Amino acid sequence: MSAFEGLALGFGHALTLGNLGWALLGCFLGTAVGVLPGIGPALTIALLLPITFQVEATGAFILFCGIFYGAMYGGSTTSILLNTPGESGSIITALEGAKMARNGRAGPALATAAIGSFVAGTIGTLGISFLGPVVVDFALKLGPAEYFSLMVLCFVTVSAVLGGSALRGLTSLAFGLLLGLVGIDLQTGQPRMTFGIPELLDGVNVVLVAVALFAVGETLYLAWRHHEGAAVVRPVGSILMSRSDWKRSWKPWLRGSFLGFPFGVMPAGGTEMPTMLSYYAERRLVAPEHAAEFGTTGAIEGVAGPEAANNAAAAGILVPMLTLGLPTSATAAIMLSAFQSYGINPGPLLFEQQSALVWTLIASLYVANIMLVVLNLPLVGLWARILKVPQPQLYAGILVFATIGTYGISNSVVDLVLLYGIGVVAMFMRRFDFPTAPVVIGMILGPMAEQAMRQALTISQGDWTTFVTRPGSAVLLVVAVAALVGPRVWGAWRGRAA
Amino acid sequence: MLHRRHLLLAAPALLAAPAARAEQRFPSMSMFIPAGPGGGWDGLGRAIEQVARQAGLVGTFQFENIGGAGGTVGLPRFVASKRGRGDALMVSGSIMVGSVLTNKTPVGLQSVTPVARLTEEADVIVVPASSPIKDIAGFLAALKANPGGTSIAGGSAGGTDHIALGLILKALGHSARQGSYVAFAGGGPAQAAILGAQVSAGMSGLSEFAEQIKAGRMRALATTGATRSDPAIPTLKESGADVVITNWRGTFAPPGVRPDALAKLVALMQELHGLPAWAELLKTRDWADAFMVGAEFASFLDRDRAQTEAVLKEIGLA
Repeated sequence: MSAFEGLALGFGHALTLGNLGWALLGCFLGTAVGVLPGIGPALTIALLLPITFQVEATGAFILFCGIFYGAMYGGSTTSILLNTPGESGSIITALEGAKMARNGRAGPALATAAIGSFVAGTIGTLGISFLGPVVVDFALKLGPAEYFSLMVLCFVTVSAVLGGSALRGLTSLAFGLLLGLVGIDLQTGQPRMTFGIPELLDGVNVVLVAVALFAVGETLYLAWRHHEGAAVVRPVGSILMSRSDWKRSWKPWLRGSFLGFPFGVMPAGGTEMPTMLSYYAERRLVAPEHAAEFGTTGAIEGVAGPEAANNAAAAGILVPMLTLGLPTSATAAIMLSAFQSYGINPGPLLFEQQSALVWTLIASLYVANIMLVVLNLPLVGLWARILKVPQPQLYAGILVFATIGTYGISNSVVDLVLLYGIGVVAMFMRRFDFPTAPVVIGMILGPMAEQAMRQALTISQGDWTTFVTRPGSAVLLVVAVAALVGPRVWGAWRGRAA
Repeated sequence: MLHRRHLLLAAPALLAAPAARAEQRFPSMSMFIPAGPGGGWDGLGRAIEQVARQAGLVGTFQFENIGGAGGTVGLPRFVASKRGRGDALMVSGSIMVGSVLTNKTPVGLQSVTPVARLTEEADVIVVPASSPIKDIAGFLAALKANPGGTSIAGGSAGGTDHIALGLILKALGHSARQGSYVAFAGGGPAQAAILGAQVSAGMSGLSEFAEQIKAGRMRALATTGATRSDPAIPTLKESGADVVITNWRGTFAPPGVRPDALAKLVALMQELHGLPAWAELLKTRDWADAFMVGAEFASFLDRDRAQTEAVLKEIGLA
């Protein structure tokens, strides 16, 4: 069956009234769980698994896919408005998004995130329909050595968020790397820096750390220093995107989408790395007249790019699941177990044996995507009005929201102690001008890079040259060096020429 | 889909009882899974839910998933929050026997009450379809000649896959720590590394690789059970390496549960095990029936722990 025939068949099934209803319900639930920091799509789908006893497979999977896509849309809302990321793919969005909201541009930030998610979701779904098997074969050629080099490339992003002082920025990075070490080491099974506390065996949750650093830290800092300035009433500003916002957004949307999709397909890729790379790219490629907005008043490019990358990567994650039966994320793993409760064993033959189900599922992704943008755009005005709440009440609300969400991650009091402990550290970081973004980047990339490096070295029996003798890895390392020194050399050369 | 409907219709019919549904034994049951949704323990827990609810043995199930560190994050939570309760079960298995040892946690499986061993699954040794290794003899010869030269992908360190490799190396006259074991977090990344020929070979539960083997993307060399799990794949034992190891899974009750409450839980497991729907489910999931309760299960646990500890000590992980 060709992709076009498949899609025609799929839309035929997906556009029935019942299935549209499942898609709508999924989009609604997904947006809601995306907004909450603790509850992700995997947990939501797990809670809904018993419906597989009553509902037929097509309806159940349309519901699950709606939840999955919806969570990616919802995650950005709290990132932008409250500086409280709902899931790890939205952490980078908070960097510029929260600054835009603070400067009266919450509307355009939310709109560019929603439309960017739509563009990326559509491009990603087109990728699933037409490129799936090809991209997967390419992704399988990447081994631990290539992943390590890819993570080295992502570390370059840190240079874009260092702030005024490189020493302070690198100190923050080291703190993040240290936090990332906590927990069981995968390669040996030994606990590291857990101090005998069982809750720390699984490591510190990165969303928890991001919420502590961004939201709790900021709130405590304001409470501490509040008396120094008069109470500021935040302007809500225009809700709609201006002509210039559109002009500045469309290229980052496309770049983010094309960056995100392949990362999602990679078995060890995920949604975090492409958002970092997209942020770095947008910061370097931004038109000179808007460059000053990055890190100060908030640049729309820094929201549009990473949000698109996040959603395209989310679509990509479905590719190894549908083409090979590989669960490369928690959500994919739970969807595979849903397949099993219908007596379907997903594997490389899924497309052939269950073609009607798979194509209906893909068609429903297009439908969910349209539903989500239609659901979310009118909400922008409503959400942005949250900022009219007076500051003390707003920040108190953020604290309550962050606390409930964090407790929801695993119903553990240890998590709350960590949230406020790291929040106090973040308060002092803010006071003494240490940037907080490098902490999160170090915490995400550090453990991934360590495991990839040790896997590569075990395979090469301890031979370090594996990172330069494997062509893919060597190319990525060269790109990393170019991305780090390139802009500086270029700047110096231009300076001399002028 | 068709298959499921089949199962729904067949289960009550085959029971051949005067009433279509069995007598309800528990109105509700809390099912504690010390792992994230989607893994093997979660799969067994939800399979119990599926069969027990359809047969009417249990009214509803409440699931709680606390994952991480081979179950050692969830275990103390189960012990503390469900102590003495007769309507709570935890799914666990051989992975936790190992992780309790490697993590050196104070709370172990001896802190909970064994109810029943339900399933076991043999590991399968696979190579990528493009590999020069054609059969198990070739694999063992390569491993014997240069134990570090054959990189083997599997689940987290100290788990069943890692211990199986240690036992194979010992059987070949090497030390268990000489192997090149590459641990991956979760089945997806490990399968991807094998399919892409990033590693020489891989080990995991047979059901995890079954679809890839069927599609011809991986070649199965041998399984690690006492008898053949798949008639076409030889066991390690018959191929000259005297190694038998399986990944078993079962249910446990909280500590301090009263003897009569425990007996009720054991009876539930026995009744569940007797259902035709359960046999059907084991077949579709490629799980072997390993039913065991009471003193037999308890003494099995002691033996399993001793064997696991010996290998982990030799690898240097316990």
